[in-house]
Amino acid sequence: MKEELKEYWKGFKQGNWQENIDVANFIANNYKEYKGDDSFLAPISEKTKKVWQKCEKLLAEEAKKGLLDVELDAVSGITSFAPGYIDKKNEVIVGLQTDKPLKRIVNLYGGTRMADKALEAYNKQLNPTIEKYFKEFRKTHNDGVFDAYTPEIRRARKAGLLTGLPDAYGRGRIIGDYRRVALYGIDALIDFKEKDYAQIDVSSEENIRLREEVREQIKALTKIKEMAQTYGFDISKPAKTAQEAFQWLYFAYLAGVKEDNGAAMSLGRTSTFLDIYLERDMKENGLTEEEAQELVDQFIIKLRLVRHLRTPEYDEIFAGDPTWVTESVGGMLDESKSLVTKNSFRYLHSLINLNPSPEPNLTVLYSNKLPLNFRKFCAKISILTDAIQYEGDEVMRPIYGSDYAIACCVSAMKVGKQMQFFGARCNLAKTLLYALNGGVDEKSGVLVVEGLKKNTEKVLTFDKVWKSYQKTMELVAKTYVDAMNIIHYMHDKYAYEAAQMALHDTKVERLMAFGVAGFSVAVDSLSAIKYAKVKPIRNEQGVIVDFETEGDFPKYGNDDDRVDEIGVQLVKYFYNCLKKYKLYRGAKHTLSLLTITSNVMYGKKTGTTPDGRKQGEPFAPGANPMHERDCSGALASLNSVAKIPYCDCCQDGISNTFSIVPDALGKDEKSRIKNLVDVLDGYFVQKAQHINVNVLNRDLLIDAMNNPWKYPNLTIRVSGYAVNFNKLSRAHQEEVIKRTFHTSR
Amino acid sequence: MVKGNIDSFESMGLVDGPGVRFVVFMQGCPLRCAYCHNPETWSDEKKIQITPEELVQKILRYRTYFGEDGGVTFSGGEPLHQPEFLLEALKECKKYNIHTCLDTSGAGEEYDEILDYCDLVILDVKELDEEKYKKLTGKSMDWFKKFLALCQKKEKKLWLRQVIVPGYNDTEENVLKLKEFASHLKNVEKIELLPYHSMAKEKYKKLGIEYRLENVLDMNKERCKELEKMLKD
Repeated sequence: MKEELKEYWKGFKQGNWQENIDVANFIANNYKEYKGDDSFLAPISEKTKKVWQKCEKLLAEEAKKGLLDVELDAVSGITSFAPGYIDKKNEVIVGLQTDKPLKRIVNLYGGTRMADKALEAYNKQLNPTIEKYFKEFRKTHNDGVFDAYTPEIRRARKAGLLTGLPDAYGRGRIIGDYRRVALYGIDALIDFKEKDYAQIDVSSEENIRLREEVREQIKALTKIKEMAQTYGFDISKPAKTAQEAFQWLYFAYLAGVKEDNGAAMSLGRTSTFLDIYLERDMKENGLTEEEAQELVDQFIIKLRLVRHLRTPEYDEIFAGDPTWVTESVGGMLDESKSLVTKNSFRYLHSLINLNPSPEPNLTVLYSNKLPLNFRKFCAKISILTDAIQYEGDEVMRPIYGSDYAIACCVSAMKVGKQMQFFGARCNLAKTLLYALNGGVDEKSGVLVVEGLKKNTEKVLTFDKVWKSYQKTMELVAKTYVDAMNIIHYMHDKYAYEAAQMALHDTKVERLMAFGVAGFSVAVDSLSAIKYAKVKPIRNEQGVIVDFETEGDFPKYGNDDDRVDEIGVQLVKYFYNCLKKYKLYRGAKHTLSLLTITSNVMYGKKTGTTPDGRKQGEPFAPGANPMHERDCSGALASLNSVAKIPYCDCCQDGISNTFSIVPDALGKDEKSRIKNLVDVLDGYFVQKAQHINVNVLNRDLLIDAMNNPWKYPNLTIRVSGYAVNFNKLSRAHQEEVIKRTFHTSR
Repeated sequence: MVKGNIDSFESMGLVDGPGVRFVVFMQGCPLRCAYCHNPETWSDEKKIQITPEELVQKILRYRTYFGEDGGVTFSGGEPLHQPEFLLEALKECKKYNIHTCLDTSGAGEEYDEILDYCDLVILDVKELDEEKYKKLTGKSMDWFKKFLALCQKKEKKLWLRQVIVPGYNDTEENVLKLKEFASHLKNVEKIELLPYHSMAKEKYKKLGIEYRLENVLDMNKERCKELEKMLKD
């Protein structure tokens, strides 16, 4: 590494990070673990208050209109937009996606139709010159995908068997290591990439492509520098102060959200990294706690303003305009030392200083070995804000090491070393109905999956159904893998995320994330077939449209191995089906039980199921048990979810949303905090992976549904993310209200 | 092997004793309290039949959540109504070092040995006046008095509880009386006032049992907290 960088690194302990890009090593060598409580935290600063007040006005206006503004004279790009400010003299961190806050970007690279539809929904018209030439001369990701899609994929997509595929919008779930810009400066990063570039020979198509991509990455790095320049900052060298570290890092992230519109564009794991700079400034330049919190709060404000232009169809799958600026906080460095710093507290404290908010998606990497004071503080903030999710560090750290982060909701990856090919989800409840109906869709009567036989039994027998379900899963898995390979081939080709990939190692590992919806419906249906008497009712065409179930059966969510084991076998089987097929660019198969809010839409598209769920009724979200079927108390429900294997199976995450009324959690604040910590400890010790925690009353939600103006900041966790309750559609609100709320008796 | 007759389980009880608790709602109760919110547990109707070993194996599934002070709470119904099973179940818990708590009105007779295996007794002090006690519960206060006396003799840790019903005992006078009563007892760690609620009304209707507090409103929770504060001053 060049000698000149050393003056920027004054006060830091040396290590491999000075020779190679190794942010994890920099953190391990330099951070200061904090085991104390939250009493050091500072309130909101005067400057932040002024900036935030302006934002609140704009956010209220946006909430009314749905969309505040769109830039119509430019398309997405790192340097496409003039600098923008909220309140220049009070902003200590600057930079917006466009020249004005909340003004959205039109991204045409994913697909022009998606952009057209979104603009049309809001009565906007893109600059006709741009539209004309872009459409004439530029092929998009969406065009490419549909050129290559097979008839099987088209049918599966249309029927709602595979839904939410990123074939018309940005795939997201790529986390650039934005910290690199602060630690090394852009110039050093370009030097590293040039070195990599020089070493890639042209012996294969893959290598030629990589050469082209690295060149694109270098161009993107140069553009990030240019973009920062328009705000008056030279980021070619490392950050010298804490303020610069926040600003450099934010510029890097900002470049990503200017260039791309991925569903989830997550931030990574930045709090402890930035704490090192704050600590240095406190020691050397007398930075105060107030100033430190001011930097955090203002950085968080910027993250809260990130927007993408979406269509109404998109909102149906991902309700509430989420951006998943997920930030992972906490976690352990090793068996004994945590990565908790004062800055971990400051990030969470922003929910108090700036009121609760769904974004950034604050995710605590939880372990019962984290300092007790920190665990208590998290519980306290959860109870106050319902804005935090928890993910099991003990189950992820052995796989990803200590410097991983969560993208989107539950997807772990090594920061800067792994990226993900996001793949939405397959409807396993519908797949079961296809197994019964010989691949014919129960709603449309159309043949969707070829090569299957109809079930003709009067009373369904488990062995027979399971066998044909297995066969169906194999066929569906093939179609699913085909779709994913096509999508990501085309995404790399037509909508390559150069800015984010520039902040990854050149030799990046790729994870291809498959997903499952309707898990608990499928599991309970199989349990009903196995333990009760299920008679199918067929229509004139011989398609099963209803079921008559006699007798009771064990239901998932009650810690009953008879049914939970069916669930375990189901995900293992489906994962193995997927693994039979080779993936594009040598990606590794992963699987998630995560629906986001698509459980409502999936339910709408799926006929009556043997578990007693009627046609059109929503599924439970993610890995959750079906509403009100978990009736042995909350911990039984958590135990059932904790049985689903993460390691070597659902390694893209197992999402669980947990709602409890405050009175049931304990009699006073102190015992509520303590009890929540005990519950989290007990859950994650069992190698569980994820939990959303909501502490609220159902009555409050009903009141909020009817009188939204009374609750402008009501944030709740849904499935892997948080939303402002008011931004959900009525159908989504009703589904949330219907869910199990754990109470005391 | 003696089997317990259980109404239901709650895997996450956070308000019936310290910490996170697995609550066993046992079937059967000799009292008929006007405000009872679990009338389905009164009769001796056969429900879930379980041996002490099976029960404890079930409880152990939740051990990871118990932390430093959590454990099991036997509630009901009246747990003392099935003394033989209760004793065996408690012994079995102690084999695994599970913290045990008994949530009772003292309405039973054979509990000498049972108490030896209870780490904490939550005692429901329904009423201090003999006449009123009988009117409220349908039984005399003798069980309660004897049970309390033995708890005192055995130096058992006690949490006292009372349900506060509007227009019946929601007065400062009543709370002071309770405070005075507790001041003569040893080992009282906590006194809790539980605000009466009418959510059980529907259950009564379904069971075809007359609901005696038909026209009584729910106790105001804030007011109940204020009254509870008086106990601490």
